[in-house]
Amino acid sequence: MPHYKLIVFILAAVLLVGCTGQTLPDPDAADTQYGGDGGASTDTYSDDAYGNGEPIADPYAGELSNIIYFDFDSWEVRAMDTDIVARHAAQMANNSRLEIRLEGHADERGSREYNIGLGERRSQAVRRLLLIQGAAAGQISTVSFGEERPQAFGSSESDYAQNRRVEIKYIN
Amino acid sequence: MLRHTFKTLIIAILLVGTAQAELKIEITQGAGSRTPVAVVPFAWVGTSPGMPLDIAEVIGADLTRSGRFAPIPEGDMLQKPTAGADLDFDDWSILGVEAVVIGRVEQTGANAYTVQFQLFDVFRRRQLVGYRMPASRGTMRRVAHRTADMIYEKLTGIKGVFGTKVAYVTVEEQRDGKLYKLVVADQDGENEHTIMESADPIMSPAWSPDSRRLAYVSFEGSKSSVFVQTLRTGNRQRVSSKPGINGAPAFSPDGRKLVLTLGGIDGNLDIHILDISTKKTKRLTTHRAIDTEGSWSPDGRFIYFTSDRSGGPQIYRVAVDGGTPQRITFEGSYNARPRLSPDGTRLAMVHNDRGNFRIAIMNVERRDLLILSVGRQDESPSFAPNSDTLIYATRQGRNGVLESVSADGLIRQRLASGQVDVREPVWSPFPRF
Repeated sequence: MPHYKLIVFILAAVLLVGCTGQTLPDPDAADTQYGGDGGASTDTYSDDAYGNGEPIADPYAGELSNIIYFDFDSWEVRAMDTDIVARHAAQMANNSRLEIRLEGHADERGSREYNIGLGERRSQAVRRLLLIQGAAAGQISTVSFGEERPQAFGSSESDYAQNRRVEIKYIN
Repeated sequence: MLRHTFKTLIIAILLVGTAQAELKIEITQGAGSRTPVAVVPFAWVGTSPGMPLDIAEVIGADLTRSGRFAPIPEGDMLQKPTAGADLDFDDWSILGVEAVVIGRVEQTGANAYTVQFQLFDVFRRRQLVGYRMPASRGTMRRVAHRTADMIYEKLTGIKGVFGTKVAYVTVEEQRDGKLYKLVVADQDGENEHTIMESADPIMSPAWSPDSRRLAYVSFEGSKSSVFVQTLRTGNRQRVSSKPGINGAPAFSPDGRKLVLTLGGIDGNLDIHILDISTKKTKRLTTHRAIDTEGSWSPDGRFIYFTSDRSGGPQIYRVAVDGGTPQRITFEGSYNARPRLSPDGTRLAMVHNDRGNFRIAIMNVERRDLLILSVGRQDESPSFAPNSDTLIYATRQGRNGVLESVSADGLIRQRLASGQVDVREPVWSPFPRF
């Protein structure tokens, strides 16, 4: 049953991956000497080997995201996205010729013109952060498309989450 | 004469319209009891073999679509009189028909006709209304709708809206992106004309009180602007294109001004009034909340608008001369896009009904709310000029479709559109003859 073996292999791999970063298990709980002599028997899981591990580089590090997503009924830039906004601000502060347009969007729920207002609030939240971090007012214009230009076309919560966004567009 | 029951039932699907028409109308829910009437085929007196338009068919379709009448099939008619003197009331009473329409179309020139009709009350054995009107091939359909309007008003006491139009926005998927169209059609879905199209969104159409112009928002050039377009000439004027948001236009009752939403560079949406000829704007609200979706009271004294100054969106009104806005809606967490009925008695809105966005109307004096639609994502309510019916947008799968509903919630129609996404319907005022 090769499929069965494959599944077992994958399960084992998942379990191994699941172990990283967690408290290391004592390989031999019965070994009272373990703590004392730094035991050669624990080679594969040695603290040294873990401590000297290499961080994996972010394969997308060179690409600066141009989309900021927002929570339901919110126009606050999330903590995880403040870094993205900061990097755009730094770019703009370094090059005063850069100009951007912030395009605010809302999910489809509710009335259309009110959603234009919600999209604009999100654009303005990003604009304020950019201004605080050194971008100039003249470099930024805003537009709100409300629910008119969705990114996802379904009506599930995950579709809505993809549509509540601000897109940062470099126009110059 | 008319029997009304407040029981509702589902009526069979009825399709009206030509193959080209995007909108097909089906009655999804009719009044419990529909009055049987007869529209006898009109006589034709002319040189060509047939009349330019089957007037009786148009009238019959109008009356059927109203949800209040059931015209009997031509095959059931025991006589087909075309003059009042030939009418045998007993023949119609046997069939249970309550009213009979007869008429004739006479050719009087190369492209000149006379259309005449008479409406008879079968039980009282007398004429209710009769009229003779000039027509050309181009105006024949309008004359037929006008005839249906007069018949409907005589029988129900409510002004007919068969001669009115509806404007709406459609969105089509194309190979290189989307195509937005602003469309004007007769209220039965016939006679569609695209008056503007763009690869960028078109929003918020609004009729002028004389039905000759439409205001709308266009995002051409990736920025919002408000335009006013004259239908007959196609000429359009960019009336507002300030930095930030320019949106939600609505005409004043005298047609000279627009209420609109401006956001400015800092994105604080407030209600403004724009004088169309001088281009001067006056700011009506100054709150840092979202203030938008302004519309005029029919007497021109107040602007009703949506504001989330209390947290969620609710409806407020402010005097046109300024002053402190007064909150109007208190029921529920979400009430937006207010539209007053032309008779000023009812306020339509988008209302969050336990997670579903639905069309609701509130009696302005009693303040009680009646939920009229049954969808999940219904929006853009617009009153017919007789204040008796509303049109709004709902969803069918991924696409938007239009529905109309009587203000008592009893009669519902769907205007299906096939593959096209249809949205933001606005009903025209009464045409001027």
